[in-house]
Amino acid sequence: MVTMRDLPEQELLYGHKACPGCAAGIIARMILKVTGERTFLAYPASCLSTVTSIYPQMAFSVPSFTSPFPATGAVLSGMAAAVKAKKMQDVTVLGIAGDGGTADIGLQALSGAVERGHKILYVCYDNEAYMNTGIQRSSLTPYGASTTTSPAVGCAGSIGERKFKKNLFEIMMAHRIPYCATASPSYLPDFLRKIEKAKNTDGPSFLHILAPCPTGWGFASDRTLEVGRLAVETGLWFLAEYENGKAKLNLVPREFKSVQAYLGGQKRFKHLTPQEWATIEEQRDREWADMKEKWPVS
Amino acid sequence: MGKPTTVPFRYPASKKDMPVGPYADAGVLVEINAGWRIVRPVLDGGKCVKCQRCWLICPEGAVDRMGESYTVDVNFCKGCGLCAYECPTKAIIMVKEGEKDE
Amino acid sequence: MNRKAAEERSFISGNEAVAFGVRLCRPQVIAAYPITPQTTAVEKLAEFIEKCELDCEYVNVESEHSAMAAAMGAAMMGCRTFTASSSQGLLYMCEMLHYVSGSRFPIVMMNANRTVAAPWNIYGDHRDSMAMRDAGWIQLYVENVQEALDMMIQAYKLAEHPQVQTPVMVCLDGFVLTHTYEVASIPAPEAVDAFLPAYSPSENILDLSAPKSLCISVSPEWQTEFRFQQQEAMEAARQIIPVIDGEFAEHFGRSHGSLIEEYRCEDAEYILVAMGSVAGTTRLVVDSLREEGLKVGLVKVRFFRPFPKAEFAALASRVKGVGVIDREVSFGYEGALYTEAKAALAGGASFPKTLNFIAGLSGRDITKENIAAMYRKVMAHSAGQEEQEVQFVALRWEQW
Repeated sequence: MVTMRDLPEQELLYGHKACPGCAAGIIARMILKVTGERTFLAYPASCLSTVTSIYPQMAFSVPSFTSPFPATGAVLSGMAAAVKAKKMQDVTVLGIAGDGGTADIGLQALSGAVERGHKILYVCYDNEAYMNTGIQRSSLTPYGASTTTSPAVGCAGSIGERKFKKNLFEIMMAHRIPYCATASPSYLPDFLRKIEKAKNTDGPSFLHILAPCPTGWGFASDRTLEVGRLAVETGLWFLAEYENGKAKLNLVPREFKSVQAYLGGQKRFKHLTPQEWATIEEQRDREWADMKEKWPVS
Repeated sequence: MGKPTTVPFRYPASKKDMPVGPYADAGVLVEINAGWRIVRPVLDGGKCVKCQRCWLICPEGAVDRMGESYTVDVNFCKGCGLCAYECPTKAIIMVKEGEKDE
Repeated sequence: MNRKAAEERSFISGNEAVAFGVRLCRPQVIAAYPITPQTTAVEKLAEFIEKCELDCEYVNVESEHSAMAAAMGAAMMGCRTFTASSSQGLLYMCEMLHYVSGSRFPIVMMNANRTVAAPWNIYGDHRDSMAMRDAGWIQLYVENVQEALDMMIQAYKLAEHPQVQTPVMVCLDGFVLTHTYEVASIPAPEAVDAFLPAYSPSENILDLSAPKSLCISVSPEWQTEFRFQQQEAMEAARQIIPVIDGEFAEHFGRSHGSLIEEYRCEDAEYILVAMGSVAGTTRLVVDSLREEGLKVGLVKVRFFRPFPKAEFAALASRVKGVGVIDREVSFGYEGALYTEAKAALAGGASFPKTLNFIAGLSGRDITKENIAAMYRKVMAHSAGQEEQEVQFVALRWEQW
């Protein structure tokens, strides 16, 4: 089991141009510390590709490829097939994509790749909007968030995003994927444990990781992990795993903090009123009741 | 040390030096990110308990945990302040660029 | 080894010929999504793999876009790959075609030429591949089952050539060629191995021993030079195509020609230009009109990209009239083959009279009578008769 001290010194992601305090930086860095040098990496158009591979500054030190936006799952499938064809041993085929490239334009390719059972590790870093192109709304944008295409414009009824997040974790479960999990860089030992489990899965694995975004969500660059903690403490992000056909919750707060603790610290929610807070809390309670009924706590 | 260093950029001088295809060697950096920051981290060795948390959570990987005391690669630190905020003993403070460390 | 004896004579369809040809090239990964009329080609390949007659990974992708993406994923790992599509599927993977050619991966694909909706239709014309002519792929059109088989093998040699490194699209007319059965010779595996060695990729791959970032973002300052290289590779292909045909003839005793094939054009005064299976029908018409004493000939365009510019320029001053058969039309202008041929003819010492015949759309037969009528129109037009430059052949309400 990998521990913090085991992690290698080597930085396989270094010198990138992400915003200060970017969670994707932490996430990608940590994943590569676990998967190591013998990693083949594909990432689609996203913040990650833009900040790591604009000629000639190449921030990744593993062999990597900027995949077309909708195609990450398919490219990874081809890479995994090549690994089989060439009988390569002890390598990781890794994909790191944002919420757009995973749950929206990339969903078909991901579904196909997982359904076919290729040995790939697919990581979705979820900053809850199309951040790279300027903070536009995605299917993983939470209720009440103001984005440039679901803006809260100050008139009555303009609350930002009007739909709740798509449940990507359960979508992956529905594929009977060997292993999938939700994680947060704010809960590092849990996150590292999950990366390792995913890496060692004989077949496809999927990690859905919350990636608080200082620029897009509107908070100071040093609060990234604090925001990630509050997401879990208010129940607006859950830590769970699905393995061998069974799901379980990794952490169930005895009592949820009030959602304002989370919403209040981010500019994208500042327009919300107690009415929306209540709606968000009701939905949270409904989803948690449902999860606790279906899944045991680990 | 395990971190790529910057190299001066040399564009292919002639047609035959061009790569066949839009690829480039991985882990090659041609510029530093130091210019992004307004504040930089300063570590108080006395308070540091070497928990490695700053090394782990730095989005840039700029912390070096191998020496007697931890240091930060000033070429690539963007001054986000996460290390200072997350340090359990408050051993790191963010100091404005241009001001002295103490 | 007696080469002729080692070849197997078999009664196979165009699609099966593609499958046999691809099998001989020993691809390591095939990723394909079925679409009529390409289906029997990829089904045959799946059968070969399942029966252990081809050692290859088959990826049953969930769409054509993913088919090309997966093929590309394997190609960038240094594998020889294959995919196939048609019509809607080809257009669905349009973005990927550009991605592959821009990345310089030597993928070979078969396209079963089929029209593009709307209106909905599954039969053959060139609308699909013509829409992709600027995607940076080498494009060639085959006339019969033997050529389909042989060109799959030549395609890999061409694509993987160090000066080319450009993907190749081999086009077969939907149904008319894909599903038509002819007797063809299937070369022996050892003979193909001698002609086409195992794939040795360039530096342009994901390699743990020399990590690279592939398909990177390139700013306006540097992008032009990469595009220049793509153009240069196409120009290099012009010279390499006849060389490969020559080598193929040495190994297998068959030559299909270079960028074009001229049939009875030595003293021809009036020619038709055709691409794909209609060239076969046109040969018969040339023969019968020659018996009437008419000096007619056929120019079969084999490679549409790179375009046989010099060949047309050389032809221009030799002939009085040229008719071009197009199995699609670029609405608002002309058939694409006509436009490009006309421009190339303009590079010659003199410029013949030209006509464009839009025929065979969405699988409508181009009959021998239609073709004979085309020749007569070309001749009349060259003699001074007024003819509409772009003509739809045999519209139901017209006398043709």
